[in-house]
Amino acid sequence: MPAISFQSVSKSYPSPRGPQGGTFLALDDVSLAVEEGEFFGLLGPNGAGKTTLITILAGLAKASAGSVSVMGHDVQTDFAAARRALGVVPQELVFDPFFNVREALLFQSGYFGVKNNAAWVDELLDNLGLTDKANANMRALSGGMKRRVLVALALVHKPPVIVLDEPTAGVDVELRQTLWHFIAKLNKQGHTVLLTTHYLEEAEALCGRIAMLKTGKVVALDSTSALLSAASGNVLRCTVDGDLPPDLASLARVTGRVVQLPAKDAGAVEQYLAQIRQAGLQAQDIEIRRPDLEDVFLKVMQQHPGRDDRSPV
Amino acid sequence: MTGWQMLLFKEVLRFWRVAAQTITGPILTALLYLLVFGQALESHVKVYDNVSYTAFLVPGLAMMSLLQNAFANSSSSLVASKVMGNLVFLLLTPLSAWHWFVAYVGAAVVRGLVVGSGVLAVSLIFAVPPLAQPVWALLFAVLGAALMGALGVVAGLWSEKFDQMAAFQNFAVMPMTFLSGVFYSIHSLPPFWQTVSHFNPFFYMIDGFRYGFFGVSDVSPWFSLGVVTVATAGVGLWALLLLRMGYKIRS
Repeated sequence: MPAISFQSVSKSYPSPRGPQGGTFLALDDVSLAVEEGEFFGLLGPNGAGKTTLITILAGLAKASAGSVSVMGHDVQTDFAAARRALGVVPQELVFDPFFNVREALLFQSGYFGVKNNAAWVDELLDNLGLTDKANANMRALSGGMKRRVLVALALVHKPPVIVLDEPTAGVDVELRQTLWHFIAKLNKQGHTVLLTTHYLEEAEALCGRIAMLKTGKVVALDSTSALLSAASGNVLRCTVDGDLPPDLASLARVTGRVVQLPAKDAGAVEQYLAQIRQAGLQAQDIEIRRPDLEDVFLKVMQQHPGRDDRSPV
Repeated sequence: MTGWQMLLFKEVLRFWRVAAQTITGPILTALLYLLVFGQALESHVKVYDNVSYTAFLVPGLAMMSLLQNAFANSSSSLVASKVMGNLVFLLLTPLSAWHWFVAYVGAAVVRGLVVGSGVLAVSLIFAVPPLAQPVWALLFAVLGAALMGALGVVAGLWSEKFDQMAAFQNFAVMPMTFLSGVFYSIHSLPPFWQTVSHFNPFFYMIDGFRYGFFGVSDVSPWFSLGVVTVATAGVGLWALLLLRMGYKIRS
């Protein structure tokens, strides 16, 4: 039995842009399963449908077609059991301004029918570096601290399945390390983790398997190692002071002065360096490396241009 | 504590934490009404024999405060949670529509009864109305608070912003509570307005509640009880249905 199962899930919304009766297809026949104990990554550009998929999983939205289950419980017909098995860290930084951190955690425990949860609440506070903020009002916390509370709220009922929707968006290095250390520990203890993130190095380091979504469709689904090994060739990485010639710029990943170009073989590397020289530029700090997940991601996205023709349908 | 009990406890604690705004404020407002209207009309208006106008006013004002605050509790809690986004914490729980309903309406009844009792208590300084039929008074108080708590759930789910909520309160709840016979007996109105008043469900809540104090009323308390019971059941079912649909809270 998979921990999470999406079967032929589609979701359409009425489209204000389309003609009368027009719809926007946010998810188009998505099927995938996450096995128990997996650390699974869900990647895709903005608007790909990642959050829509998670809102359906969490029961915040209803699928237009298909079915979704958590630990074998359908999220609509057996919603109480499905939600007991699921802990969701939402993307938005939301909080209840009336209560402090400990109260919020104890209320959330109560909603799930968990009694005498003070010991686990203390453990959560400790693991997430929140112990000294336990009695602070949620309003008084920084963004990073609020994010930690969201994680604690999702875990308060010890769910076997944990969903993290872009948990590290806009947070500092310390929180990332604290969070990943704790989540990896929970995963080792047997919790299934579903992660969406735009930080591909995090996904590469943490996820055993990855699905990539684009325009509401699954365009890649494999183990992280298989996705990486399927990427042929290498990557030329160097720093360049100045603008690349247009034919190279169209192929390159450019971050400030750092240029990364996919290179099939040594000949391609030589050709790139020659083109850079001919443009009057100098390549420095040259290195050849294996493709990383970001290279794979960009390649997959290019292979599936996926004209966004979802509206109106 | 089970899930719905915890939500009920949280909702009660929510208004208790800001008691100056949710309890003391409404009591003070009712007190001011009593002072101004009581003083101004005491010697000019006589509604029931052997009952001073100020004493007549007390149960009506208590019930009006009870109804308005029961409505305000569930509606403002839901709208604030929607606007702040923290409703998601509840939406992710296994609580059913019925659990939500019992907790939100239950907290509204508690706040309504606390405010109503507070108004009665401070009013005793000015007038002591008899409590001829306490069971009737309690019955109408609980039913009225439940009706308004459920209506607050409907308004809270429907409203997406605070101003929509305020419109509901200012253009529906306030006029209907004010024009329900709090300050007068409908027998003192012209026939046309008497007829109109009979279509206002708030009139039956106030009239029935007042019967609990004076043992006399504009219409039969049994008829009022019937109207209020049917209205409470109807609005309650409406709120429950919207919660079950996830109206404007689940897409």
